[in-house]
Amino acid sequence: MSSPTPSITSLTQFVVEHAAGEHVVAAAFLKQTPTLALADGSVLLIVGEGAARKVEAHPDAGILTAASDGAALVTGGDDGRVVRTTADGATEEVGNSKGRWIDALAVSPSGALAWAAGKIVTARDDKGRLRTWQAPSTPQGLCFAPKGYRVAVSHYNGVSLWFPNTEAEPEKLEWKGSHLDVTWSADGRFVVTSMQENSLHGWRLPEKADMRMTGYPSKTRSFSWSHDGNWLATSGADAAIVWPFSSKEGPMGKPPRECGIRPAKVSRVAFHPGALVLAVGYEDGFILLVRLNDGAELLVRKADPERGAVTALAWDKRGKHLVFGTEGGAAGVLTLPA
Amino acid sequence: MSDKIPVTVLTGYLGAGKTTLLNRILTEQHGKKYAVIVNEFGEIGIDNDLVVGADEEVFEMNNGCICCTVRGDLIRIIEGLMKRRGKFDAIIVETTGLADPAPVAQTFFVDQDVSDKARLDAVVTVADAKWLTERLKDAPEAKNQIAFADVIILNKTDLVSPEELAEVEARIRAINPYATLHRTQRAAVPLDAVLGRNAFDLDRILAIEPAFLEEGEGHHHHHDHDHDHDHGCGPGCAHDHGGLKHYHDEHMQSVSIKLGEVDPEKFMPWINDLTQREGPKILRSKGILAFKNEPKRFVFQGVHMILDGDLQRDWKPGEERQSRLVFIGRDLDAEMIRAGAQACAA
Ligand SMILES: [Zn+2]
Ligand SMILES: [Zn+2]
Repeated sequence: MSSPTPSITSLTQFVVEHAAGEHVVAAAFLKQTPTLALADGSVLLIVGEGAARKVEAHPDAGILTAASDGAALVTGGDDGRVVRTTADGATEEVGNSKGRWIDALAVSPSGALAWAAGKIVTARDDKGRLRTWQAPSTPQGLCFAPKGYRVAVSHYNGVSLWFPNTEAEPEKLEWKGSHLDVTWSADGRFVVTSMQENSLHGWRLPEKADMRMTGYPSKTRSFSWSHDGNWLATSGADAAIVWPFSSKEGPMGKPPRECGIRPAKVSRVAFHPGALVLAVGYEDGFILLVRLNDGAELLVRKADPERGAVTALAWDKRGKHLVFGTEGGAAGVLTLPA
Repeated sequence: MSDKIPVTVLTGYLGAGKTTLLNRILTEQHGKKYAVIVNEFGEIGIDNDLVVGADEEVFEMNNGCICCTVRGDLIRIIEGLMKRRGKFDAIIVETTGLADPAPVAQTFFVDQDVSDKARLDAVVTVADAKWLTERLKDAPEAKNQIAFADVIILNKTDLVSPEELAEVEARIRAINPYATLHRTQRAAVPLDAVLGRNAFDLDRILAIEPAFLEEGEGHHHHHDHDHDHDHGCGPGCAHDHGGLKHYHDEHMQSVSIKLGEVDPEKFMPWINDLTQREGPKILRSKGILAFKNEPKRFVFQGVHMILDGDLQRDWKPGEERQSRLVFIGRDLDAEMIRAGAQACAA
């Protein structure tokens, strides 16, 4: 008797689950090691099938935010500390805001990092030199420019583009309202924020032309650019909303693609590093891979509302593995079949 | 619903006893753990990893209205706390002495992520029996905090005479006849009088009503007078009504209305229109409505323009199908509100 043919639309048999046991704040691959930042202050290195190493990056504290450059996972805690953890489990404190919560954190590919605690934004260059700037209101999001040592800081009523190595006042991108996360396109032409009132706002540079992207039923808290820079995928609706950025004008006047429409909101998105394939995580724990060109879908994980929304999704550099984590402490690694 | 984290908002002037009360909540043995969001960081002399500093950042919403505001920092802090929700049972938000409680309260109705995970339990205002009368004269925020409160802790009663105490209570009642009032020394109030009040729970709105609906005898006048500002009853003026002092506040009043069954087709557009137009002036509103041909009670509450309402339990057999409405606000046109409500009668 032949065994039943596995459904071609499911990849669930290629997923190895790992119980994280705590709210997963962020995920990354440190070289080949899937790594999770957990709300209880620890960093979990998944070193083999069913084997994990727990590193107390923030003892007796919690992790609020994390970012990775592929070499290390940098975490910001409610203890005011910024800690760099590497795949060997070594930790190093790279910043300390004396008990203030670290609200936002960003790393640049060259190893620089920036964090915000209260109104103070601190940038640390690759040599460890610190610069600070006081934002007009508490920053909610940070990201580095694709080139050069420059940080976009999102806050109430807009974004400030700060060169940490100059004394000049940051350049302002203004739009009324509360801006949450911020992202900068790889070609440097677009800065996009998510907003309190369920929309995105973008600016085309250098003209600072405004772009409104609306129609979301909830806040967008996850962005991902496609490897070719032509698409920006976003969470916050009952499908991943993917905006076209290939033309000079950006997405204005063009409808977005809607990928993976389901009766549950998308909570995380992550584009594959080398193909137009989007990993989509939902608030009920469901995870799909969607091919942008034809909308074809592959199931990674079934709904698991008990263990909550997908809160972390990350691909490895080569695009062979996808690590995920949820609000309720579930986690796992997908290895794409060869 | 019940797994939403309850949030108590603690307001009051610096020195009124807010910190004393907070310290008691954090140190007394009650088997519960509280996460506390404070503004005067460092005032609390207790080492507690769940004490979070906040900046009171009030953000306007994009409808261009001055009363439609939220606390941006609170949204972010609650999101952060919710990642560790196993660590605590409830949240207390302390506001500075100068703060308006409305943006805090509105945050729990307006922000979807916050309202999915947390619910407002009550606004508790700590007031200094000795100084409140003065503050009500010179500080509009003190008046706001009294008007907004579900529970008022009138503290330091040992520092005033019985006459002074009666006077300050009368002044509080002139602004807010509906809050539960506790007289205390050193903020010594049973904690269950402060925490777990469910004051914003639609199901419980009737439960807090007796305090204001049973003040019937000889006290009806506050309805009759509150449109009547020019008759000379300013904050400095007291009538004597059978030994009970009664004050009028120049700008902050409450309007309470009783009527029979109402027509929902008339009531809903009226209440929506009223709160949209008069929202900036209406601090709090509450109501229980007997809709014609509806076996269930309709219960609503509002903060400025934001309304939350629902059909709740059935009217009980023998229970009088009576509609009741309460508005607390600044410079309210009581005549207009009353006439509008009467016109909704079924
Ligand atoms: Zn308003
Ligand atoms: Zn009178």
